[in-house]
Amino acid sequence: MKVLVPVKRVIDYNIKVRVRADGSGVDLDNAKMAMNPFDEIAVEEAVRLKEAGQVSEIVAVSCGIAACQETLRAALALGADRAVLVNTDVELQPLAVAKLLKGLCEREQPALVICGKQAIDDDSNQTGQMLAALLDCGQATFASKVKVEGGSVIVTREVDGGLETLSLELPAVITTDLRLNEPRYATLPNIMKAKKKLLDTLTPADLGVDVAPRLKTLKVVEPPIRKAGEIVPDIATLVSKLKNQAKVI
Amino acid sequence: MSILVIAEHDNRTLKGATLNTITAATAIGADIHVLVAGSRCSAVAEAVSGVKGVVRVLLAEAPHLEPLLAEDLAKLVTTLAGEYSHILAPATAFGRNFLPRVAAVLDVAQVSDVVAVESANTFVRPIYAGNALATVSSDDPVKVLSVRPTAFESAPEGGSAAVEPVPAPASFARTRCVSRELATSERPELAGAKVIVSGGRGLGSKENYHALLEPLADALGAALGASRAAVDAGFAPNDYQVGQTGKIVAPQLYVAVGISGAIQHLAGMKDSKVIVAINKDPEAPIFQVADYGVVGDLFVLVPELVSQLG
Repeated sequence: MKVLVPVKRVIDYNIKVRVRADGSGVDLDNAKMAMNPFDEIAVEEAVRLKEAGQVSEIVAVSCGIAACQETLRAALALGADRAVLVNTDVELQPLAVAKLLKGLCEREQPALVICGKQAIDDDSNQTGQMLAALLDCGQATFASKVKVEGGSVIVTREVDGGLETLSLELPAVITTDLRLNEPRYATLPNIMKAKKKLLDTLTPADLGVDVAPRLKTLKVVEPPIRKAGEIVPDIATLVSKLKNQAKVI
Repeated sequence: MSILVIAEHDNRTLKGATLNTITAATAIGADIHVLVAGSRCSAVAEAVSGVKGVVRVLLAEAPHLEPLLAEDLAKLVTTLAGEYSHILAPATAFGRNFLPRVAAVLDVAQVSDVVAVESANTFVRPIYAGNALATVSSDDPVKVLSVRPTAFESAPEGGSAAVEPVPAPASFARTRCVSRELATSERPELAGAKVIVSGGRGLGSKENYHALLEPLADALGAALGASRAAVDAGFAPNDYQVGQTGKIVAPQLYVAVGISGAIQHLAGMKDSKVIVAINKDPEAPIFQVADYGVVGDLFVLVPELVSQLG
């Protein structure tokens, strides 16, 4: 069976973003970019399913500017077989991405789509669920365990207070949580091999999708900064401050 | 037009996050209806009918709604959506799971994790792990919003809304809930706790996590939390994780023990009223947000704190 894995190019998770002084957004000029960490987990899971003989082909997809090719090459180096870039300079919001992915699913007919649960830039946590809705298929979000069994996939999900296990008929959409796996590092030979793998480019128009943003960002500001308090010398002082100054105990 | 709030519950009791979401709906300003969907959950509907500001409770009961799968709940909500200008749910694992499905079927954008309502179509939400706040507006005919519970007060009691049954659509059937393993705990729920004791990698092991933090949590009547590092290392269960990708909390008192304070962790707790940090490294970033810090060996300091609280 075929698996589709969407990957997003985002600011590297170690970098603290700076808000532009004019309130127009965050400053990404010259920032180090990387694959969204949850998408790396998604690629890893697809590769493990392939290594277990349950998946025949992994197609990595990215939507956005031409530089997203780097993210796709990274997915290919981790073990994806081929890649598709849906190229546009328009700011893409989750609904637009879900529609592009739906268009690709219609072309590619994957049995499974494995997405990251959220992107660490806009923190929306929407695309996988939206895609499942548009495909009218089952969804298992925040997956911590995935098992393919015949025409179904059994997914253990992280919910408030514990775990829930769902059985979904294929095709289905899964979104990954942190504990699903630990992604491997790409090896140098695999990075070299990835350069030769097929990378197709499409446009939103090829898929018949209107990607115009629905939400308008009016301004972006720094959150109120929390001031550092004081270092107290010992526990007795701490308890006294909590009782008499902060009045929280 | 009215506002529809989707209640979070376990078929027996209403979850507190629903009350915060109702307050966010009040800030938008229109009649508030609340949907309670589940199986044999009329007690939840009764509880909702007594919440101030709620004018109507819609109760959808069916055996297949017992696990309340996203597929089934989204279908039910979209059949009701025509009457509403806004659809709100808490931005918890529950709301995050089904709400984007509703938005996609309605072909509208969702605004995730709303922390402030500026007007009926303009909302504030955190991005980049809370390192920036974006003000966004939507011209879509229905505004679909997930609401960050810690950003809004709980709606008080004082309502007397009528409870009306609504029919549940047929089951989606292609997704089935196989099992649930929910931990039962005597402690308060992490998401709504007034006091949280949270542990990080500095604790060193699962045994230390429990041996040191449980007595402290007992002494403070606190919920237990953990950093991602502690969860990844297996010290604490997954649903204890506080942070950008775990739970967002804002208790009266947050005690961070052996947590260095990665930005992803700070994103989940920096709105706490009072933060206490205990860490051996005086340079740990957690001290930059802590109201009170104690630098030293947590294996000595935590038992000392417990004995002084006792």
